[in-house]
Amino acid sequence: MSATATMVERPPPRARGWPRRRIVGYALVCLWILFGIGIVSYLVLAWNADFFAKYAPAYLRGLGVTLALVSISMVLGAILSVPVAYGRMSSNRVLSGLAYCYVYFFRGTPLLVQTYLVYYGLGSFRVELQSVGLWDFFKDAFNCGVFAFALNTAAYQAEILRGAIESVPRGQWEGAASLGLHKLQTLRKIILPQALIVALRPYGNELILMVKASAIVAIITVYDLMGNAKLAFANSFDIQAYIWVALVYLVMVEILRHGIEWIERRITIHLKR
Amino acid sequence: MPAQSIWTLLSWGPDGWLDDIAYGALITVALALATLPIGLTIGFFIALAKQSEEPSLRLAANIYTTVFRGLPELVTLFLFFFGMPILLQHLIRYFRPDATIDVNSFVAGMIVLALIFSSYASEVFLSAFRAIPKGQYEGGYAIGLSNWLTMRKVIVPQLLRIAFPGLENCWLSLLKDTSLVSVVGLAETLRNASIAARVTKHAFLFFGVASLVFLGLAVVSSFATSAILRSLGRREAQR
Repeated sequence: MSATATMVERPPPRARGWPRRRIVGYALVCLWILFGIGIVSYLVLAWNADFFAKYAPAYLRGLGVTLALVSISMVLGAILSVPVAYGRMSSNRVLSGLAYCYVYFFRGTPLLVQTYLVYYGLGSFRVELQSVGLWDFFKDAFNCGVFAFALNTAAYQAEILRGAIESVPRGQWEGAASLGLHKLQTLRKIILPQALIVALRPYGNELILMVKASAIVAIITVYDLMGNAKLAFANSFDIQAYIWVALVYLVMVEILRHGIEWIERRITIHLKR
Repeated sequence: MPAQSIWTLLSWGPDGWLDDIAYGALITVALALATLPIGLTIGFFIALAKQSEEPSLRLAANIYTTVFRGLPELVTLFLFFFGMPILLQHLIRYFRPDATIDVNSFVAGMIVLALIFSSYASEVFLSAFRAIPKGQYEGGYAIGLSNWLTMRKVIVPQLLRIAFPGLENCWLSLLKDTSLVSVVGLAETLRNASIAARVTKHAFLFFGVASLVFLGLAVVSSFATSAILRSLGRREAQR
């Protein structure tokens, strides 16, 4: 082996002194530190035991509502996404057209509009809904939120599922067929285990997006985390109502993000060399 | 109130609401278009900072994206819309004690959407930066271009082409996020539709129209982006 082949590419030595980018970088980091200190000192100075005693339990209850809303609609959306993904992949024109329209509608319009369409819009069909007995369900803002969110996330999850299943090479299907497995068995034992590894990250992103989007149910009078913050702000005109809620959301999203990264590292261990 | 047919409700003019909704759609488009250049510029510089060798620059940029991608859009909007006047009031009180500050909802929406858009766009730019081989920079330096000229003449044209599909997604979600600004009172599509819904009690109709407006905007922008992508591809082929 020649000497050149064993040469290792080292990272370049760190620049010495104070180049311009270092000055800018330090300045920006200082700005963030000042910002952080500002927020913390504001929260300390504006510390109001009454405010905390009054609204902290409400925030906790709101957190519970947010988590319930997100988890129920994620699960319902996952169930609903299976037929939609099936339709998207089907060779039947009508079926795939319908599934395409569903996905296009729910991905092309804002979630806020969809929520309004369910919560306010279905009120236009009150008589009809009452006669079917569904009005009691749609009267409640939380149920409407879950309904709209489940439909919305089903469209996104269907695309994730479809992308993941299509990412598995065709040979896997053919190999399974040549072993005599039928389609469902192939899907369950061969395709899904490979597809779900691909799908984990998009699913995680979708979960994070749902947690963030769940704040908008506060507008249709659901007292989730954001709804309680709105209430606290309306009663006290104290901006710390929103600062606290922002911190809670930030912590929640960061925990989710790192959790998903950890799971991904764990389940892809066998793929790494 | 006499029962109006939905066609009168949807007509143009004093009886109908179509003109209000069309005006709202104009505001929606204006807000998204006004946000786009600011968001792209900030996003580009954030991406530049993220791939710099200087750790402090990377840290500052990562804090930025963590914060603005982690906060719900609505929380950012409310924090800004309600918090900024208070902050400015405190600052301005040193100079003019009697001044009051009002934040325009268009401007507040523009700033907040630009913050959010830029943090997502920076990720797109970053992965595009990583797709450009190092030899492109070295080639630029080798023929005597300065840092800035290499960036402008060699890197950015390739960067835009690689980043374009990702940026298209960012643009679509920006278009959808504009509907949130209706909550702080900007008279855009959704707000005008909900006023119409409240006055006429035809909620399903008007929210349906609003969703069609957003769908239409998405369709138009997908036509526009595919035209741009074709022209970019043609320029690529001419090389």
